[in-house]
Amino acid sequence: MKVEKVFDSFIINALIGGICVSIIAGGLGCFVVWKKMAYFGDSLSHSSLLGIAIGIVLGFNSTIGTFLVCIVFATLLTYLQNKKILSNDTLLGILAHASLSIGIIAISLSNQYVNLDAYLFGDILTVTDNEVVWFVLSTILVISTLFFIWEKLVLMTINESVAKAENINTFLIQSIFLTLLVIFVATCVKVVGILLITSMLIIPAATARQISSSPGSMALVSGLLGILSIIIGVYLSIFVDIPTGPSIIFTLTLFFIIVLSIFRKQTS
Amino acid sequence: MLIKAENISVVRNNKEILKNIDLTINPRDFITILGPNGAGKSMLLKCLLEFFSPDKGKIIKSDDLKVSYTPQDFVIDKSIPITSMDFIMLNKNIKKDEINNISKEFNISEILNKQLSHLSGGELQKILITRSLIDNPNLLILDEPTQNLDVSGQLSFYKFLDKIYAEREISILMVSHDLHMVISTTKKVICLSNHICCSGEPSSITKDPEFINLFGHDFADMMSLYKHDLKHNHEGRESV
Repeated sequence: MKVEKVFDSFIINALIGGICVSIIAGGLGCFVVWKKMAYFGDSLSHSSLLGIAIGIVLGFNSTIGTFLVCIVFATLLTYLQNKKILSNDTLLGILAHASLSIGIIAISLSNQYVNLDAYLFGDILTVTDNEVVWFVLSTILVISTLFFIWEKLVLMTINESVAKAENINTFLIQSIFLTLLVIFVATCVKVVGILLITSMLIIPAATARQISSSPGSMALVSGLLGILSIIIGVYLSIFVDIPTGPSIIFTLTLFFIIVLSIFRKQTS
Repeated sequence: MLIKAENISVVRNNKEILKNIDLTINPRDFITILGPNGAGKSMLLKCLLEFFSPDKGKIIKSDDLKVSYTPQDFVIDKSIPITSMDFIMLNKNIKKDEINNISKEFNISEILNKQLSHLSGGELQKILITRSLIDNPNLLILDEPTQNLDVSGQLSFYKFLDKIYAEREISILMVSHDLHMVISTTKKVICLSNHICCSGEPSSITKDPEFINLFGHDFADMMSLYKHDLKHNHEGRESV
């Protein structure tokens, strides 16, 4: 890669897409850490492969397919969690890998050439202009919604009963939060891929926890760390010629280790 | 009347957790609910708070009822960075000045800027109750507030609660096992074991055969002893 190509349009698109995803992840990731939903996020992203497969087989946009499948998955999961037939852990393990397997089977039966690597590890350098528009719009939607429900969601994350007693509709707020999470997953597949989505949520938030003293500042720091890692990760992948998704997550992890060794305050 | 449970029953997994409960809470009441594990104490509170609707009977609320609630087992996860001040202000329409005034009143100024996860159990309960008093409720519902406190923490907490009850136009409904600690303040004790076994003033309740039946002679004797001690001190003070 020559240096004059540093500002090529495909790199600019990649950076805008990545920055959008980092901003969303900054806000949502904190709640995933606080609510101990890392495995939930992982299962949700695994299920997105089924959405991609359905999109490919039926011939429509894979982002919409992912969104729909993830919504069904999240609803089913919440319903089964409330039924308490199985432990959460077991339930997530079953649903995540069942939908991942069905997704892979559907793709292989479709007899179409599909670059699985792109879905598993992301393909941020092929973000199109149209996709950039989708990234920006979904970022505005998610962040403004999150801003609107922020205090209620923080309160019910700290204690659901207290929130209920203060007449907060906890079911509604939780459903909105899960929908935002689904939008994030559908958006993020392109950037870091199914297997690395959860780390976009968890690593910046866990890093930010070490240097934050309020929920808001943790989200802000988390978003900034994500943005920084996207920029460094993208250029690192271009100059060293390594896959972009893993390069971004690797950068995030470096930040985590550096911050942890300097500021270690709390375990997240 | 602030709130009234009329003949409510709750069935879960074919078991009647609450059975024909009648309970009225009036202004300035201080009611303590006692009962063994699984007696339906928390369920009764949750029905009054309308988290669940009863399978039978109904809850009648007065128009001016403003209830606040502190749940059982309130623990704060270490992964959430938040100061006591920010927690009190969360989802409340209040200025920092007002919180500073209230915190002086309740003697919690020193812990306002501490992280919630660094507070002791007793401090956490005080912050929780301060938060619940922000909207000037007329009914405070507490579910085993001293469960995680050591004895000195319990004493300090009940002193705090007495002060609130004395200084504010408020009713208190509390689930607690520490009858000996509240016996001087609480006006009425209700013994719950899926149904209301007995209820009455703390001094007379320990002699009730149902109470003795539910908690055994030892507990009843211990409680009446506390009451006796208290009277004795009181008379002693008067004679000086």
